[in-house]
Amino acid sequence: MAVQTFIEAIRGALAGEMRRDPCVVVLGEDVGIKGGVFLATDGLFAEFGPGRVIDTPLSESMIVGTSIGAAVNGLRPVPEIQFADFIMPAFNQIVSEAARMRYRSNGTFGCPITIRAPFGGGVHGALYHSQSIEAYFTHVPGLKVVVPSTPYDAAGLLRSAIRDPDPVLFLEHKKLYRSVRGEVPAGDYTVPLGKAQVTRSGTQITAIAYGLMAHHALEAAELVAGDGISVEVIDVRTLRPLDLDTVLSSVRRTGKCVVVYEDNKFGGYGAEISAIISEQAFDYLDGPILRVAGPDVPAVPYAHALEDWFMVNPDSIAAAIRQLAAY
Amino acid sequence: MAEASIRASELAAAHGLTDDDLLRMYRLVALSRAIDERMWVLNRSGKAAFVISGQGHEGAQVGIVSSLRRGHDWLVPYYRSIAAVLTFGMTPRDILMAQFARAADPSSGGRQMPGHYGSAEHNILSTSSPVATQLLHAVGIAFAARSRGTGQVALTELGEGSSNQGDFHEGLNFAGVHRLPVVFVVENNGYAISVPMSLQSPIPNIADRAVGYGFPGVAVDGSDVLACYRAGRDAIERARRGDGPTLIEAKVMRLTAHSSDDQQTKYRSAEELQAERERDPLPRFRTQLRDAGVLDDAREAEIAADVKAAVDDATEWAEAQPEPDPTTALRHVYAEDDLSAAPEAVGGPGFGAEITAEGL
Repeated sequence: MAVQTFIEAIRGALAGEMRRDPCVVVLGEDVGIKGGVFLATDGLFAEFGPGRVIDTPLSESMIVGTSIGAAVNGLRPVPEIQFADFIMPAFNQIVSEAARMRYRSNGTFGCPITIRAPFGGGVHGALYHSQSIEAYFTHVPGLKVVVPSTPYDAAGLLRSAIRDPDPVLFLEHKKLYRSVRGEVPAGDYTVPLGKAQVTRSGTQITAIAYGLMAHHALEAAELVAGDGISVEVIDVRTLRPLDLDTVLSSVRRTGKCVVVYEDNKFGGYGAEISAIISEQAFDYLDGPILRVAGPDVPAVPYAHALEDWFMVNPDSIAAAIRQLAAY
Repeated sequence: MAEASIRASELAAAHGLTDDDLLRMYRLVALSRAIDERMWVLNRSGKAAFVISGQGHEGAQVGIVSSLRRGHDWLVPYYRSIAAVLTFGMTPRDILMAQFARAADPSSGGRQMPGHYGSAEHNILSTSSPVATQLLHAVGIAFAARSRGTGQVALTELGEGSSNQGDFHEGLNFAGVHRLPVVFVVENNGYAISVPMSLQSPIPNIADRAVGYGFPGVAVDGSDVLACYRAGRDAIERARRGDGPTLIEAKVMRLTAHSSDDQQTKYRSAEELQAERERDPLPRFRTQLRDAGVLDDAREAEIAADVKAAVDDATEWAEAQPEPDPTTALRHVYAEDDLSAAPEAVGGPGFGAEITAEGL
């Protein structure tokens, strides 16, 4: 076992998959010699060459669209969108094409691609280098959406995504890249898609989160533990398909739930979790399902004070937990 | 007619073909037209909700696609590609099953509107309705073909309207950078539904756009089947040699409205429509083959009877096939393996829950 940063785990899993399967190719902007703007693909070009690590023109729709075609003809493309904020030109290819290929062909064509995209705020990226874009895509049947929060999960989930027969949007929180370290076994382990993880056991309140917020929720749980509030924290890890069993069984035990997400509150992914719990576990609830989420301004502003104002943090989560505990 | 199999008229020999090859091409043009006309009859008689047509495009498609290797190369079609998919292996029954939206429709099992062809068996990629998206898929297929050393060529068809989408330019650019084995065929019928070419493009030839991407663009008379054959053959050979893409612009005509929901006399004059009829590739090819001594009265009647029988058979057979079962409509959202867990109801007891495929 080695301790690795989040991005080292991703890089290692990518390299391992490329060694394991000659059909795996990486393409995107600056992924070659430079190794990606975050260095997620650093070293791949030297090891696998320009035929498998392709520096593309600035054409996000092309990056995804050609990946779809390449997947149909036998490759396992892992396209990188340099920042999730810039995925919008590829929206049509992802939603109208990749996600529907299997359904519209009655199961005769598949689309095994894994689109990697760094997302999230707290890195002074302002409006166009900070966004959370998961809600646009979790709405779409046919896509899988994965958001790891630890180096261990990042490597294990990325392997599962690349080996999956369907298109996966793999969202990596930028703030985690170098700030989080963890044990990453040397082996070829996988973490299954569609399985959440209880990262802290508790009895009174369930906190559900993913990405950077999975860490903040753990910190918040620790903060309120001193007040005698016992919080169970769930890292959903795969947003779609969602692991309903883990979510519902926890909420049915605790009777109270806080859903945490960094995206704008209105219509965010956490709203769907809240709706499902209210439909399927209403009789077990002892209080309203609270959402702790970003404010409803168009995106994260730049100035330090403004960004801090935008970002959900352990204190704001703890405040919601205390409010709910007192309900 | 055993002697016909090796007979090559001057016209055939000039193209490295036999008379039988020419007759096969003629039959495909005639068959495509007859199926298309049948689709309209079914629409107007209330048996098919929608038709999108390829009338006027058949000669270009048959001519260009004839040089692709069936079962090896890839065809990435669009909604006017009836003749192309027939040339590349689909059958009249396949087309009519899509038209009737039957369960066994190989394109989509009745899930898509008619005209959205696809066949995994024949390397014909499933198509969608947003235009020009498919061009990038052809580029990706060509990229994989070269990566894997398969020797395959990918050919995609689109309208001139699609050539104004970003995906068109992004795809040509990437294909040009990597000299990929792909052929882009723009079938220019002069209209994007009702918007004429003069409002679509500041230059008259879409083929000229290829120069910006570093490979040849060829404009060809789309009602001249053999000119299209030559353009397709040369582009496919060039791609297979490793010399990169070609953009072919076939100047075709749209003999019908955009679709069964359009009325083109609202924006096209009777004179214009009549002038187009005079360029129709079907009678033109027929006359050419008769003049060359390839087609005579007897052969023409034989082909006409054969085409009529094929269309009648396909219509009757497809109409008699079962409709898709709504209980199958949840399938194929994800790979079947992922559906091993039973679909779960959304909503609590008594909420009249709808079912989704993944338990979410």
